[in-house]
Amino acid sequence: MSTASTSVIGQSRVAKWAVTASVVFLCLWVLVPIYLLVANTFSSPAEVNGFPKRFWPSFDTESIEFFLNFHGVGSALWNSLLVASLTMILSISVGAPAGYALSRFEFRGKGTFRVLVLMTRAFPLPLLALPMAVMFIKVGLDDTVLGLAIVHTTLALPFAVLITYSLFSGIPVELEEAAWTLGCSRFQAFIKVIFPLVLPGIAASAIFAFVVSWNEVFAAAVLTIEHRTLPAFLLQSLDDAPLHLKFAGGAVLVIPALVFIFMVRKYLFAMWGIANR
Amino acid sequence: MAEIKIQEVAKQFGKTHALHSVDLRIEDKEFLVLLGASGCGKTTLLRIVAGLETATTGEVWIGDRRVDHLAPKDRGIAMVFQNYAVFPHMTVFENIAFGLRMKKVHNAEIDKRVKRTAELMHIENLLARYSGQLSGGQRQRVAVARALATEPDVILMDEPLSNLDALLRMEMRTELKSILAQSQTTTIYVTHDQVEAMSMADRIAIMHQGHIVQATSPVEVYRNPATRFVGSFIGNPPMNFLPAKNLGNGVFEVGGTRFKGPDVNVDSLEFAIRPEDIVVGQGEMQGRIRVVEPLGSHIQASCEVNGTLFRVVVDSNSVIKTGDMLALEPTADRIRWFDADGKLVPV
Repeated sequence: MSTASTSVIGQSRVAKWAVTASVVFLCLWVLVPIYLLVANTFSSPAEVNGFPKRFWPSFDTESIEFFLNFHGVGSALWNSLLVASLTMILSISVGAPAGYALSRFEFRGKGTFRVLVLMTRAFPLPLLALPMAVMFIKVGLDDTVLGLAIVHTTLALPFAVLITYSLFSGIPVELEEAAWTLGCSRFQAFIKVIFPLVLPGIAASAIFAFVVSWNEVFAAAVLTIEHRTLPAFLLQSLDDAPLHLKFAGGAVLVIPALVFIFMVRKYLFAMWGIANR
Repeated sequence: MAEIKIQEVAKQFGKTHALHSVDLRIEDKEFLVLLGASGCGKTTLLRIVAGLETATTGEVWIGDRRVDHLAPKDRGIAMVFQNYAVFPHMTVFENIAFGLRMKKVHNAEIDKRVKRTAELMHIENLLARYSGQLSGGQRQRVAVARALATEPDVILMDEPLSNLDALLRMEMRTELKSILAQSQTTTIYVTHDQVEAMSMADRIAIMHQGHIVQATSPVEVYRNPATRFVGSFIGNPPMNFLPAKNLGNGVFEVGGTRFKGPDVNVDSLEFAIRPEDIVVGQGEMQGRIRVVEPLGSHIQASCEVNGTLFRVVVDSNSVIKTGDMLALEPTADRIRWFDADGKLVPV
């Protein structure tokens, strides 16, 4: 083998190593904190505070049991589920029609509308929180599950619109037109042809809205007092709590969100126009 | 009775005129082909008849009903799309049954009609499959079966064969023609393929820049093109055109030769002749051969007559080569004349 080709192989080897190293680094960046979180959650309180650590946790459930029985955790968890479910329903029932309209109709200001949908995310929530709290108190929505769900819907809605927009755009308009010529009204064609085809994507988009609400802490902390969601509750109560309780709380928050996002990842890629199918 | 009347239908997209006041009448049971290059407005016209597009002005009648204000489902039509539009989440059976279910036909009747249509289209063994498990040709058959099953007054086809490979297209062309002839359904068929148009149509309507330039039988379109455009669009190789100078009394000078033409009061016309209507080896007109293309059944020779490209078809046994001079004699009764606006001038 000639020297030239060896050097080419040498170069590609360096490049390969660089890629592998970056991949390993990025994976560790994400996975190590999650590992620590999970490992400490499934260790006894003594082990969490002790040193040296064991690599494999002892799968002691004392920490997690203590956390789940901690006063207020149960109702906060329930509130979180309620708010997230409501957010999911609201953002899909408003976002999916908007996504459909964006994908199928030409109308004045369509481009502007698409940008504005994203711009809502550029508006800092803390700036909105105070006037919103005042307004909510006036109309009686303060400290309610519905009130918080409405705020979370405004956060989740842009994603719902964009994901469903890309879903509907992925379905050839001829399928709908064929249904019309075969005897369907616009609505029937949607129900019989389009809906079954976008259902998995709609479910994914709903789960994403759920996760947005599940993870949101700021609005939840400002707008609720009695009816705290889990993140708001943890923010308030865990400051002075023992270490093992913090780990358990963190894990309960992070794991479901991670699992859900992992389940719907291909639809999130689709939203940004990256083909990953 | 399902004749179609299109009256003064025009369509504008913003400032572009896709259709300029089109008038067309399609007889009951007629097979009409809308033929034109892409962007000529043929698909727009078809979609206006289907109700998928609304005309800016004008009326569409199917039978004795005015339909231009009706939804597609109320027009008594079925449509076959270029990309087939077979529903991917339904089996072939359910696809064909779809229109019948929408019409609330009884299950037993649906079963019977789906099976009958499937047999007609030779897809009876595919009924349990999904669209993803079918080839392009099979999907095409499902799409046609789905349209036929509802027994519509009118079938509209939008380039149904253009996504198939050449051999399959030829096969489907023949089959489709025989099936549609049997079904005796009024059909509008959109295509840009002149061979498809010539071979299938009862009548061809040629569209150009949003106008229907000629609507008549395939042979008539071929023999007597209404405009220079039609002559150059239909036929492969297309018509030859040469400038003709009026010498008076209906005599024209074309390529150094005199021809008897129409007795009109203009300085010049355009002389037109189809490549196969030229007798080679006799006559006064001379052409120098530039390219020789043997095609098996015949040889296509591109000559130069007075600096203008002039194609002739010669027998495949002829011994000709580039640079030869050819004597050319256009068959007198096949010569056509066009005026400065490109309109056919009768002799």
